Amino acid sequence: MERGAVLRRLTWQLAEVAEVIPETARVRSLALRVSAWPGHSPGQHLDVRLTAEDGYQAQRSYSIASAPEDAHVAITVEKIDDGEVSPYLVDELRTGDRLEIRGPIGGYFTWTASDGGPLLLVAGGSGVVPLMAMLRHRAAAGYAGPTTLLYSSRTFEDIIYRAELDRLAAADPSLRVVHTLTRGQPPGWTGYRRRFDRDMLAEVAPPAGTHALAFVCGPTRMVESAAEILTGLDYPAQRIKTERFGPTGG
Amino acid sequence: MDPLDMRLDGNAAAGMLMDIFGQDMTGALTTCATCHAENPVGRLLVYAHGMGTVIRCSNCGNVQMKVALIRGGYGVDLRGVRTLRIWRAS
Repeated sequence: MERGAVLRRLTWQLAEVAEVIPETARVRSLALRVSAWPGHSPGQHLDVRLTAEDGYQAQRSYSIASAPEDAHVAITVEKIDDGEVSPYLVDELRTGDRLEIRGPIGGYFTWTASDGGPLLLVAGGSGVVPLMAMLRHRAAAGYAGPTTLLYSSRTFEDIIYRAELDRLAAADPSLRVVHTLTRGQPPGWTGYRRRFDRDMLAEVAPPAGTHALAFVCGPTRMVESAAEILTGLDYPAQRIKTERFGPTGG
Repeated sequence: MDPLDMRLDGNAAAGMLMDIFGQDMTGALTTCATCHAENPVGRLLVYAHGMGTVIRCSNCGNVQMKVALIRGGYGVDLRGVRTLRIWRAS
């Protein structure tokens, strides 16, 4: 259980965009320079607030993508076409621009190397973002416990962090990255080509007897279905942590 | 849009709850007033609308908390929570 919550006021501060990293056609990462960042745990969020010239404000919560060890605080944003905030973050924001943020926020859906494993990370679409913070932290901390990422994307081109995931897995025999592509597959694709189901999770997930710790993040229905399947595979409820991504992320 | 897609969890309300309680609440435990299930706030179900936020028990669906934005402040209704266990801030 998460103890030792830190009592502090959550205040807005200005962050400067240090780097803009295109991830896919609809997704990009923003590396932010934050002068008074108190540090974070992988899995935590930050809030972004935009203020229009007429004073109208819109606020959204984004998972932090960077490891605590990284130089900048990064978020990864998927563009929601009719969203209020994400089109600006994905299409308009440039290096050197500033935006208001506050954080880190949350303490439930977090993992640090001292929590141990084996670790099962299950992601759908941009639900991979907080899990990437865990994988980056894992690599930076030299954690070698067995770890599996099962990651569902629509197509090969929609896989966020594809090259980095390949590099991480190639450099670390204790890390396994398994993709499933639900809408379309490139020629010669030999991986999974369907949504998560019981057979897939039974093949990929560490057996419940290993006391594996599961983190599941993605759209609501995917998360609930994956959590239900893991429960059916005898994962105890306390070893399955879930986070639902909704359209309110726009 | 499917109404199910509007269902989030307590993690999505973390910033708002931190505003209200002054510390992270996603690891705090609520006991549901209806079914007495004990769950971390991060696991509760959150329905966020323009008018406010409704937080339901993930076990029985009872409304545990309602938070409304009223004239720049928060109106908080906790009658669906029997007890709330908050870790002492370090």
